[in-house]
Amino acid sequence: MAEIRARGRLLWRIGEVVETRPETPRTRSLFLEVPGWEGHKAGQHVDVRLTAEDGYQAQRSYSIASAPEDRRLTLVVERLEDGEVSPYLTDVLRAGDGLELRGPIGGWFTWEAREGGPLLLVAGGSGIAPLMAMIRHRAAARSDAPTRLLYSSRSREDAIYAEELDHLSAEDRVLEVTHTLTRSQPPGWTGYSRRIDREMLEEVGWPSEERPLRLRLRPDTAGRDGGDGARRTRT
Amino acid sequence: MSEGFFSRGFRGRRRQQAQETHLPPGQYLVDGFPVLSAGPTPRTPLEEWDFSIVGEVDEPKTWAWEEFRELPSEEITTDIHCVTKWSKLGTRWEGVSVDTLLEEVETAAEYIVAFCDGGYTTNLPLDDVTGGKAWITYSYGGEPLEPEHGGPARLLVPHLYFWKSAKWVRGLRLVTEDEPGFWESLGYHNYGDPWREQRYWGD
Repeated sequence: MAEIRARGRLLWRIGEVVETRPETPRTRSLFLEVPGWEGHKAGQHVDVRLTAEDGYQAQRSYSIASAPEDRRLTLVVERLEDGEVSPYLTDVLRAGDGLELRGPIGGWFTWEAREGGPLLLVAGGSGIAPLMAMIRHRAAARSDAPTRLLYSSRSREDAIYAEELDHLSAEDRVLEVTHTLTRSQPPGWTGYSRRIDREMLEEVGWPSEERPLRLRLRPDTAGRDGGDGARRTRT
Repeated sequence: MSEGFFSRGFRGRRRQQAQETHLPPGQYLVDGFPVLSAGPTPRTPLEEWDFSIVGEVDEPKTWAWEEFRELPSEEITTDIHCVTKWSKLGTRWEGVSVDTLLEEVETAAEYIVAFCDGGYTTNLPLDDVTGGKAWITYSYGGEPLEPEHGGPARLLVPHLYFWKSAKWVRGLRLVTEDEPGFWESLGYHNYGDPWREQRYWGD
């Protein structure tokens, strides 16, 4: 079981947005500097609170996509058409703005390099965020834990971090990335083109004898609900 | 620290006042029923399912599924509030009041630990599951409770954050000392009152 931080109140504080960057047509990364940030574990999330001038507030949870080793705290936000908070974060918020948050939160859906592998990481859409934190942490810590990622996106252009994942897996023999593209596929696509199912998990995953640690995020809860809607099992 | 701060350009979407008053601080309304769990969905056949009251009791009690279904049941319509921020109003459940189950035992315990298939636990003061405040439910929206929402049976304690309403519940262990459960050991508040926004340790 992961270690847990000392009991103390999680205070609201204001991070500064130092950069925002579109990742895909529907998602944007927010890079934050948070004064006094104590660090986090890969897989944890933060609560974000927006306050209107008349005092009206709205809160949501977002997984942290950056590694503990990274200098800036990174969130990746998927714009939900009927959303109240996500369109503000993707369309209105810009460098120089403050963003109120508290965290890091969640002591279960986490992975640290010293826990080793093998690892099976499974996510859809913006659910990649906490798993990306693990993959980035794994690289920063020079971990050689054998790792497989199964990642479901609507199309190639909707696959967040696709280039970084290509790059990381090209230089790392024990990091394997498998995409499934559920709505449209580029010409000549030979990979999966359906939603993640049991058969796919068996083909991509590790045999149970290897006792893999499986970290899985459902596409419909991922990202927005932080790591806590997620499944973490070792069989 | 962040007093007086506001989010440049944020207006937000205000609800009708009638709905707003039903929402604890920091919550938003959903129409669907999100599924959150910490592990795989256990599927216990009903012929193997039972429900137990154990721990600090004069005599432990166990009901098989059929026996449990013959206990007097109640219909409950209630709002539910998940710590991940969503709330759902007017959900309809059917199940057995925890009062009915505890009538069968004598205890000096002041706390309970609900235990579940899959190993999940959550802790509550006895006072929060008695006096018509908690049920073991097996029906949601007029249908048998689906496994992904905790079926065959789920603890329902709607006045606390919804992680206290343990899915796949198999029994209550009565204890004299409070014992933090699964999420309560992992940074989440020991009591979890949504109206006081007790989400995390120290809230």
